[in-house]
Amino acid sequence: MRNLGPILVVLAAIVAIWYLAAVWMNAAWVQDQAARDGRTVSFAELVPQTLSQERPVLPAPHQVAKGLYDGVFGQKVSSKRSLVYHAWVTLSATGLGFIIGSAAGMLLAIGIVFNRAMDLSVMPWAIASQTIPILAIAPMIIVVLNSMGVTGIVPKAIISAYLSFFPVVVGMVKGLRSPDAMQLDLMRTWNAGGMTTFAKLRLPSSMPYLFASLKVGIAASLVGTIVGELPTGAVAGLGSRLLSGSYYGQTVQIWAALFAAGLLAAGLVALIGWIERLTLKRMGLAR
Amino acid sequence: MKEMISPSVPATEALGLEAPVIEAKGLNLVFQTADGPVQALKDVNLTINKGDFVSFIGPSGCGKTTFLRCIAALEHATGGSLTVNGMTPDEARMRRAYGYVFQAAGLYPWRTIAGNIKLPLEIMGFSRAEQAERVERVLALVDLAGFGKKYPWQLSGGMQQRASIARALAFDADILLMDEPFGALDEIVRDRLNEELLKLWARTGKTIGFVTHSIPEAVYLSTKIVVMSPRPGRITDVIESPLPRERPLDMRDSREFIEIAHRVREGLRAGHGDEV
Repeated sequence: MRNLGPILVVLAAIVAIWYLAAVWMNAAWVQDQAARDGRTVSFAELVPQTLSQERPVLPAPHQVAKGLYDGVFGQKVSSKRSLVYHAWVTLSATGLGFIIGSAAGMLLAIGIVFNRAMDLSVMPWAIASQTIPILAIAPMIIVVLNSMGVTGIVPKAIISAYLSFFPVVVGMVKGLRSPDAMQLDLMRTWNAGGMTTFAKLRLPSSMPYLFASLKVGIAASLVGTIVGELPTGAVAGLGSRLLSGSYYGQTVQIWAALFAAGLLAAGLVALIGWIERLTLKRMGLAR
Repeated sequence: MKEMISPSVPATEALGLEAPVIEAKGLNLVFQTADGPVQALKDVNLTINKGDFVSFIGPSGCGKTTFLRCIAALEHATGGSLTVNGMTPDEARMRRAYGYVFQAAGLYPWRTIAGNIKLPLEIMGFSRAEQAERVERVLALVDLAGFGKKYPWQLSGGMQQRASIARALAFDADILLMDEPFGALDEIVRDRLNEELLKLWARTGKTIGFVTHSIPEAVYLSTKIVVMSPRPGRITDVIESPLPRERPLDMRDSREFIEIAHRVREGLRAGHGDEV
């Protein structure tokens, strides 16, 4: 609670700047309309008009809040206009993608740590995979999987996994290699084999690293899913809300979907953080 | 399995025939480095008998730690012979001949003190009941009874190091190898732990190999002081201490003590040439 003050101050500053920007950016349209009608608008008339347009360049915070509220509470959950419905579609693909991605990341990390050939061969490819723009590769994954008869959330989950495995590989490799030479020597003095050293030393040592990268990974999963929803023809999901909003110039809808995605990401990261605290506390690593 | 590998020492003791616990003959070790070969150990000959407290002292790079690591089969000699309990170091390690204590306690932060001491016992397959019984016994031995449920960060550096000694004692190895175990501790704690180590040694009759930088520590603790010098790492003097086994701390002001310390210092200076 001590931290609440500074957070609120920053929030207030952001909202204030946002309102100023909204007035400034939306003023041109109001001026144009007035000029067309041969009227002039005073500043007092201009401000309310900039903050209540249907398709503003930059919607004001209260417009976005209303859009978000309507999207979440103003619709039946099963409605195609409901943000809850779209968030659920995105969330399910994100969850599946995150599970696939982090499992793949952990397995690759174990392989990299235990196998020199994998160490030399996998890491460069993993890095290369992340240098390809996901926007370029996502439509191809969708098209290829569709032609193989794979539809629904799986193609999106694959794209999501593609983004989330990388931080997990990097963090887990670092974590599994974190025991120092002395600790490894100690294991050797007890004649412990590779499996025992892995189970008793490397795996527990890697936990703080793993959770840090899982937090990055789940946020990347969400981004991957949203990107995967863009080329599906805007059927369902937060990504499709963003796309259809931009088709029809519904800026309020775009911003509402953006905030829904942001809140979802924050919730997911907080969930991982909660599991992290529980796990580390049980392990005795939290003080 | 583990019943087969109990230490075979009492039998030889009863006979009065003491085969050396550790015997090095013409031991050589050359490390291949990027700058060419480095002679870490050159023609090392040493016999350590059961119940000896042997200190290895010398400047950095003299090979004292390397020799200890050879005994522990953490390094392998490139020439000569080395036996531990009459076996090769690798065989001896497989039979749990020694417990090793490093300069850092190296306790796992996610395990309690008891959990840390159990770790080698788990790896070696002791039953749960026996693990618990042994943990209690060695905790009492290092004066940490009642601290089993604490986590390492809740203990001072000296207590952590005592816990790591307890861990090395837990599986009844008859050799204790200690690589500057008190090097990171302040002198007051160090004095106390030295005293306690002597008591522990008297009670358990272990054979101890002890690497140190400190002349008073070496003289105070040892029955045999091995003075080593670098480039190449070799033994320059082996001093059999005439001090009695019972050693109060104030013995360090006695004439005998000072004479031995002097001889160690001379040995170090001679081995080190003009570099000191």
